[in-house]
Amino acid sequence: MASKRQWLGVTGLASVLALVAGAAMAQEKELVFGLQCDRTGATQTVGVFLCPGYHDYINLLNSKGGIEGYKIKVLEIDNEYKVPPAMEAHERFKKEGAVLEGLYGTPQTAALNKKLEEDKMLGTSPGFGTAAATDGKRYPYTFPIAASYWSQGAAAVSFAKKQLGGSLKDKKIAYLFYDNPAGKEPLGVLEDLAKSEGFELRTFAVPAPGVEMSAQVLDITGRYRPDFVITHLFGRAPSVSIKELKGKGYPLSKVVAFVWGSSEADIKAAGGFGVAEGYHTIQFAGVGTDFQVIKDINAMYQAQGKPVPKEQEISVLYNRGVMVAAIHAEAARNAIKAKGGAKPTSEDVKNGLESVKGFTLGGMVPPMEVTPEDHEGGGWVQVWTVKGGQLAKDGEWFQAYRDVIKKHLAATN
Amino acid sequence: MLHRESGVFKTSYAADMALYPLPIARATIAAIVLLFAVVLPLVFDEYYLAIINLVLIAVVGALGLNILVGYTGQISVGHAAFMSVGAYTAANLAVKLGLPFWITLPAGGLMAALIGAIVGIPSLRIKGLYLAIATLAGQLIIEWIINHTPAISGGAQASIEVPRPELFGHQMRTQGQLYFFLLFFAALATLASLNIVRSRIGRAFVAIRDQDIAAEIIGINIYRYKLLSFAISSFYAGVCGVLYTYYLGIANYEQFQIGVSIDYLAMIIIGGLGSILGSILGAIFVTMLPIVLRLLMEPVLSMFYNSGEMSAVISSFRLVLFGGLIIFFLVIEPEGLNRLWRNIRNYFRVWPFSY
Repeated sequence: MASKRQWLGVTGLASVLALVAGAAMAQEKELVFGLQCDRTGATQTVGVFLCPGYHDYINLLNSKGGIEGYKIKVLEIDNEYKVPPAMEAHERFKKEGAVLEGLYGTPQTAALNKKLEEDKMLGTSPGFGTAAATDGKRYPYTFPIAASYWSQGAAAVSFAKKQLGGSLKDKKIAYLFYDNPAGKEPLGVLEDLAKSEGFELRTFAVPAPGVEMSAQVLDITGRYRPDFVITHLFGRAPSVSIKELKGKGYPLSKVVAFVWGSSEADIKAAGGFGVAEGYHTIQFAGVGTDFQVIKDINAMYQAQGKPVPKEQEISVLYNRGVMVAAIHAEAARNAIKAKGGAKPTSEDVKNGLESVKGFTLGGMVPPMEVTPEDHEGGGWVQVWTVKGGQLAKDGEWFQAYRDVIKKHLAATN
Repeated sequence: MLHRESGVFKTSYAADMALYPLPIARATIAAIVLLFAVVLPLVFDEYYLAIINLVLIAVVGALGLNILVGYTGQISVGHAAFMSVGAYTAANLAVKLGLPFWITLPAGGLMAALIGAIVGIPSLRIKGLYLAIATLAGQLIIEWIINHTPAISGGAQASIEVPRPELFGHQMRTQGQLYFFLLFFAALATLASLNIVRSRIGRAFVAIRDQDIAAEIIGINIYRYKLLSFAISSFYAGVCGVLYTYYLGIANYEQFQIGVSIDYLAMIIIGGLGSILGSILGAIFVTMLPIVLRLLMEPVLSMFYNSGEMSAVISSFRLVLFGGLIIFFLVIEPEGLNRLWRNIRNYFRVWPFSY
């Protein structure tokens, strides 16, 4: 006879919710952007720098009058890197009439793919989710809008080729990766390239939580002695890999890291820029504060008499937030223009995002071209290298081995 | 008083064994059924139904864990792994063989029960924290096996996309439709647990929890009942995993990692060990409290902060409040929300007299 009154509790709580939500009515000439973030969960070290960048860019737009006369309201929900709160966040965004949502986290993106399609809600997953989501025919409402792990793998090989003098014939490349689905994702592409480029590939898996890899690194430096090392690690693992490789005498100028092992925070945790001198990082957004948009954000803060946001210290992650916000805004702008100033739906914004082209935000965003088929926008990356106490740009935006990526995309269908 | 407990005479064995012997209890149950089956889906929009759906899934998992930890006294931190066993079993059957949910769901539960019974074997020799470590090993081993066996995990991404559940040719895909799907199984799970714990099996579980040697002396086969407890608990976990899979449309092992096991332990400890109502209250508390806290904080904080600052404050403050409330509830009643509710109920039972 126990299990009854608690249902009354549910109703009570729920009616409170109804009141609260009713209070948050949308105004006219306002677009709602949903943003999922992780500020308190497993990947909080990324979220606390990335999401402020998103908000700052939208606030900057609003201070300049919004997008085509529309103010943007950002509704951020912290999903704690858990799946149930991500589902709740999606439904909340839908209820609040959001025209798009920024997803956060790989399992969360996987869990919401189907829901996005059923609800015709546009979701972006930069740096998260599966590489197969590049295929707009298969996942019509999911947009990676940044280089997938496949593209990053191809770019890493292409970069190694450039560094090793233009040929990888009979070279040895080690792939040091976090032993989870995301870590294993580029394996197929790397193996294909090993065949076509004629290099030898050996893989070294690091089990979770990735803070212990001395055996793997010793194997790399002492036994395998590769010509180049590609690392794909998360969380604390990248900093450990820098320390271990450095400590065992491997030159960091022959190491290139994927996007989640490439922030200033990883380098600082490894002992600072002095220790990591020469370390190469793959980036899908511009690095540093030397961009007009960052100066505008800082000017906005100064005009309000507030200090410049301290999150800019980790510019790699902060700028990614700015980039995602900028692409969201650009998609909305395209949608509003296409409708002649009328309020767009999520479907319109999706079409707007699929026509984003030649939008670079002063070099911070790659020259991506999003199409209904290619939701990745071409898989552009830039390599930045630790040089003299900071990350320095090592070449322009590039894409690599698109034919191989296309072949893999076709094979997943 | 609203109702009287005296004057209810049982004249048959069936009446004596009824789950709800009091007329008021039967009326309440009828009202609850009406509320959940008719009123809620009519009143609430998709958003609130989505929250209830998440609670319903959690209820199934928490009930299962409480049978093992609360009733039998065997600690397990491998609950999430059993969910993943159920999820991948169902996903593989649904995708590779095209089976409908009414076959894959029990199949997922049975597979989880089998694996659960195997992981439970150490419980025959070890107890308490030692058993916790053994089941922790079970969690990690299962995670590793799924991650490294493409035949189970369906490739490098370790995720299998599952079609929506179908009933009479009609797909259940909106939150409202899935609500009925999940409600049915959550109600079934609750009913089953209520009956298990008052049966011979449930009594044996409690006897083992209270003193296993004494239980053995009065003729309970400890070997059998401990493994049975693991199997039943894992069956619930497996079903919970299957429900998750159908709800999200994907089986993904990253949704069932060690943190989820801890969340479920938190549910039953906050709700009350060894009680069915406690499992349900705990599932509601842990799933809904963070959401409710945020919804309450948003209108207040938006008066003082812009959206960026507000998000940072809400995230951190919510953790503080959530932790604080857990401590508060456990300090005023260490035996959980269930006991808290019983105290309140017992007070009002004889109100306005003190006893």
